[in-house]
Parts: sequence; C-alpha cells; structure tokens
Amino acid sequence: MVEVTARPRSLVDVPLHYCPGCTHGIIHRLVAEAIDSLGIRERTIGVASVGCSVFIYNYFKVDFQQAPHGRAPAVATGIKRVLPDRVVFTYQGDGDLASIGIAEILHAAARGERITVIFVNNAIYGMTGGQMAPTTLSGMKTTTTPYGRDVRQAGGALRVVELLAGIDGVAYAAREAVTSPARIHRARRAVEAAFRAQLEDRGLGIVELLSTCPVNWKLPPVEAIAWCEANMIPAFPLGVLKDTTRSGE
Amino acid sequence: MKRTLMKGNEALAEAAIRAGCRAYFGYPITPQNEVPEYMARHMPKAGGVFVQAESEIAAINMVHGASGAGVRAMATTSSPGFSLMTEGISYMIGSRLPCVVANVMRGGPGLGNIAPAQGDYFQVTRGLGHGDTHGIVLAPSTVQEIVDLMPVAFELAERYRLPVIVAADGILGQMMEPVTLPEPIAPPPPPDWATTGAVGTPRVISSIYLAPEELEQHVLSLMRTYQEIREREQRWEAYRADDAEVLVVAYGIAARVARSAVDRERAQGHAVGLIRPITLWPFPTSAFERSPRRWLVVELSAGQMVEDVRLALSGRAPVGLYGRVGGVVPSPVEVSEAIRSAVAGEVAWA
Repeated sequence: MVEVTARPRSLVDVPLHYCPGCTHGIIHRLVAEAIDSLGIRERTIGVASVGCSVFIYNYFKVDFQQAPHGRAPAVATGIKRVLPDRVVFTYQGDGDLASIGIAEILHAAARGERITVIFVNNAIYGMTGGQMAPTTLSGMKTTTTPYGRDVRQAGGALRVVELLAGIDGVAYAAREAVTSPARIHRARRAVEAAFRAQLEDRGLGIVELLSTCPVNWKLPPVEAIAWCEANMIPAFPLGVLKDTTRSGE
Repeated sequence: MKRTLMKGNEALAEAAIRAGCRAYFGYPITPQNEVPEYMARHMPKAGGVFVQAESEIAAINMVHGASGAGVRAMATTSSPGFSLMTEGISYMIGSRLPCVVANVMRGGPGLGNIAPAQGDYFQVTRGLGHGDTHGIVLAPSTVQEIVDLMPVAFELAERYRLPVIVAADGILGQMMEPVTLPEPIAPPPPPDWATTGAVGTPRVISSIYLAPEELEQHVLSLMRTYQEIREREQRWEAYRADDAEVLVVAYGIAARVARSAVDRERAQGHAVGLIRPITLWPFPTSAFERSPRRWLVVELSAGQMVEDVRLALSGRAPVGLYGRVGGVVPSPVEVSEAIRSAVAGEVAWA
C-alpha cells in the first residue's frame, strides 16, 4: 500500500476538540502541511487567538504563545521583531481578527510585518455560542440577530482580505474555502504562499479560509458544507486578491 | 564618576538600554513622550527593537510577544494609556512573563490633565488587570533613583516571572537632574521557557486553564510567589525617623516635598520624620513597626496609599491624610502646615 496522505510531521497525533463537522481540523492540517513542506517547523512560532482555536498549541509540534482577544498580530509583531529569522504565524477567527482585533491586524499590515495570518471565517461566533460576527451575512440568524442580521441596525458583513489587500505592507492576500477536495487543494497552495511571503521577506501574508460551524448554524455537517458553498462563497468571493510575486502587482 | 544632566524620561530610557532591555514598544502620551523618542534614536544603535505601536493595547502585546521570545522588553505610558495596558499586563501575569512597564502618572480620572499625580496608586497596587493580579511596583523619587531602579526592575521581573511597574509621575519624567549612569550590561540569554522555535519539545506560553481546579492551582502558585515577594522585596527609606513623634509617609515626588517639610519642622524643633516607600507593592509594612504618636500620609491622590498605611498600623496609631489632586503639587510650606495641623490634632483622624 502506498501512503499518500500521511499525518503531517508538525501535527500531534491526538483527537481534536472541535465540534463534528467543523473544518478547523482541515485548516490545521493545511497549516501543518505548509510548515512541513517549507521545512520550517523548528523555527516557527505560532500565536493562538481567543476563540475555538485557543488550544491550537495542543495540536502542533511548534512553539506557541496564546494572545489576548484580537491581539495576536501585536504579539506576533513582538516575537518577529526580536527574532527576525524565525517564522511567525497567527491563527485567528473572525471575531478575534475582524472585530476586537481589527486595529491590530490593520496596523500589522500597514507596518508590513513579516508574519503569516491564517484567518478562519465561519460567519459566526463559535466559542461563545453563536452570536453575530463582523462576517455574519445579511439576514443571517444568530443569537444576537434573532430576526436576521439587519444591515440598517447591525451593518453588513465585513470583507477582510479586500480591506487588507489595499494596504501596501500586505504581500499576499487570498480567500479560499475548505468545502471540497478541489477547494482544499487551492487553500493548501494559498496557505503555503502566505508563508512564502514571509520567508521571502516581502510583507504580511494572509489567507482567509471560509469554514463551517454546524453547531451554531444549527445544520448537520454535510448541510453546513452546502450552506457555506451556497451562501458564504457568493458573499466572500474566492481567489488571490494580491500577490506581490506576480507581475503587475 | 561622570555625571550627566538628564531628563527623567530620557534617563529611564537610557538606563533600560544599559540594563539589557532590547525591545521597547510604546505609544505617545504626555508626559512620557521622551521615552519613545529616546528609544527611537538609541535602541537601534544598541541592536534592539523599537516599534511605535498603534495603541497602548498593541504596545503591551508586543511586549508580550518579545518577552515570550526571551528578550528583555519594556513599555512606558501615562495613566490613560496604563488603563489600556492592564489587559495585556493581566495576560502576562497569567502567562508568567516578565516585563517592565513604566507609568509616568498624570492627573485623572478620564483624560484629566497632563500635570503630575499619583492617582493610579490603587490601579498599580490592587488592579493590574482582571483576576488575582499583582506585580512589583517600584516608586523612584529622583532621576538618579529611576536610573538605579531600572536594572533592579528587570532582575525582579525575571526572578519572579511577573511584570514590574515603575510608578513615576509627570514631574519625575520631565525634571532634569544630574545622574551617574551605570556601565551597560549584556542582555541575558533567553530563558529555557521562551518560545524561540521548537527545537526539541515545543514550548507553550498561555494563561488559559479551563478546568477550575487547574486554574486554582495556577492562582495558588501565583499567590505563593506574591507571598515570597511580600517577605523578601519590601523596600523603603526612613529619613530622620528614629526619634520622630510624627511620621510622614510619602513616595515619589510627594516624598521630595515632604522631605523638605520635615527639614523645616526639624529646624523648628519638632520631632518629625519621613517613611518613603520605594516598593508600593509589596507595601513596606516592616517600616511601620515603630508607633510614633501620629502618622500623616502625603500623596498626590485622593487618599489611596493612606489605606495601606492604616492596614500596616492596624489601628495602633491615628493616621491623617494630606492629599492633593488634579495635578496640584503642594509646596513644602503647605506640607509643613499640614504636619503642624497633624501635631495639633487638627486633621480629621481616621
């Protein structure tokens, strides 16, 4: 038998704590595969954010610091500036990055911090029980938008990578989804590219990954995948928004 | 020894670099702006890192990252900025990360003003952030003492793996005095817990303990450290205190004024002395074993340190308060008058 999908070397062989059908597990794997294929495990330092992935350090064989809510880009800045030859990445959810931590990510981007940002967008607050996130879709029901998100009252979904792609310090910005093997393959390339932006000293690299939250969406896992495809992808267009390695950028 | 005339804020910055600090993160706020300005010029020359953060919140979290990566790291700010930093300071206490944070206090509450004050006493000694938080608080009263306390601050921070707060005030930051600077020392190597890249077993720095029993053990371990600090790190200066019948208690710039007032009263034949806490936390309770007839607390706040003095004395002697607020610094004459009122028993005693 030929092993074609071995467990990434950078991932610990333990069960994940995430809810059934949540795609954090896939995204963890993509990050670990990128770390493995770039050969950077022993010089990588991760920054865990507040949210469902707060315990990410239990799953990766790399050093980790856990940051206050939203502050992961600032913590990552502190690490990267004193250890410029190390690889530093943050792993943040939409509440963490797009709401309370929007100043930290914008200014890390403006400074062109040589860090990689893995941004997981499931359009809802998972850890705290399904409240509205900045990325919650218009009309979407959450515990704090019980009648559906009313744009007049609560604003509309924030498209983060579009915002960041316009900042000079950002070298790579992309959005992908992890809802099918083909999309996961594209997401893998994006995660690697976001790390390469740092390794090549070009600037901040960010990948937004559309993810699922079956429990708080109140959908079975397979339907959650379909819901993400049908509703999130139209609201959050996929693709590479910026890549400074490409000509014309 | 070569003496240099330096502004307090600049002396603080230079002393930090000489003490091996190699990462400074700050945000402009009056009256401490000379610190980031000095660091911007001199930290790169020392091979260190300076970043002007977008906020005090970001600045303290950059300190978190740099400290976790094993480098001597510092932030400075003034009162409203210190409020913003307390989130990060609580996380650093929870994560057992050392750092030095200087709070060059100004008048409050709210935006208040930019005049010198000591109104953050409760905040630095009681509420360094949410949870059961304490950090060592050092209160210099001269520019030379700022210089002398910077290496102490970093050493204490690393010994106990806790933030150390340098509580100064606007006058100390802005005043110029001659100082003798120490020879620079090389920064210590990163400690073995630092996240420097996982060669071997990955290291994790975190303040989260989801199981109540685990968090209780973590906080109890912090409390053992707090107790050790209370027993070992009390610092104070006693001035003309041995035979004093009235003892004034004051720290920082208020102690400078009180000291002049004590000299004035001594010249008049009154047995007056001064206890000057150098550590505000741990409060130097050992300095309060003698019981003169009366105590008078002089502070640039609305009666904050007076509570620690009363706790230290446990009702053994009456304690009065002469507190000025709003950034008003009393003159030695005004403090002399307060002392005489105290002697005459004219202050409302607690």
